[in-house]
Amino acid sequence: MSSSTDWPLWEVFVRSRRGLSHTHAGSLHAPDAEMALRNARDLYTRRSEGVSLWVVPSTEITASSPDEKDSFFEPAGDKPYRHPTFYEIPEGVKHL
Amino acid sequence: MTAALALGDDALVLSHRLGEWAGHAPVLEEEVALANIALDLLGQARMLLSFVGDEDQLAYLREERAFRNVQLVEQPNGDFAHTMARQLYFSVYQHLLYEELAAGEGEFADLAAKAVKEVAYHRDHAEQWVLRLGDGTAESHERMQLGLDALWRFTGELFEPVGGVDIDRSALSDRWLAAVTSVVERATLTVPSGPQSGAWAAGAGRQGLHTEPFGRMLAEMQHLHRSHPGASW
Repeated sequence: MSSSTDWPLWEVFVRSRRGLSHTHAGSLHAPDAEMALRNARDLYTRRSEGVSLWVVPSTEITASSPDEKDSFFEPAGDKPYRHPTFYEIPEGVKHL
Repeated sequence: MTAALALGDDALVLSHRLGEWAGHAPVLEEEVALANIALDLLGQARMLLSFVGDEDQLAYLREERAFRNVQLVEQPNGDFAHTMARQLYFSVYQHLLYEELAAGEGEFADLAAKAVKEVAYHRDHAEQWVLRLGDGTAESHERMQLGLDALWRFTGELFEPVGGVDIDRSALSDRWLAAVTSVVERATLTVPSGPQSGAWAAGAGRQGLHTEPFGRMLAEMQHLHRSHPGASW
């Protein structure tokens, strides 16, 4: 199983139903995009988990750095108007 | 009856051969792909053999001479390119056959309609790999050509008549050759020129005559059931 390291890594996104967005499912190795899609089908959607697949080269993903955690993810807590917490969610609304 | 046995044994034996890749495939992703194809075929084999009788009895307790699969599917895996050559030859045939059965009104129409989607994927998988190996490196090209050449003489048997499967075999053979030729040429490979049938070709699997490696494969496939009859967990 050593040669798989020669192949690029791909991130797999699966849309589980129409109307929902694609969600990251995992990653895999494949020689090119077409084979990556087929491998993704075999690894992630064999049991009717999805209706659509995306594969993206892992090297194309720009990730936030753990060092920037504070400035990225901890906004000032004294501005409650930024958080939509004053609304009642009507009954029967899905996917909110 | 004969037809269900022939088609069922094709699926069962190829399923076992593909299952032999488990733990040995070149990459993990491909191991899963081959196992998925093997499981699809096993499902088809179970349905077909249950038309004939008890599926366990048929799979595990028959002698070599009672199997009716074509000799192509019992050929050992060889290297990955060899397995892909076998997959290309068989899955193109099976896809064309099942499409035709699904469109008809025979006893296999329902089964073929379900299986044809699976088989279309098997065919696509084989074609993708033949293209990549043929049009890949010098070594992958050479190995892919060796695989195609070595298995060519087993392909004529695919188009011999099977009692109970009422289709035009020579038309099927023509369409198969056109489809295989298209993939092989796009892969920068050469369609083998040796005979597909006749004195130097193989092909008496439908009559119960099999090649030497098949006995060893059956021994491995059947030994657990024969050693522990009726065992379960």
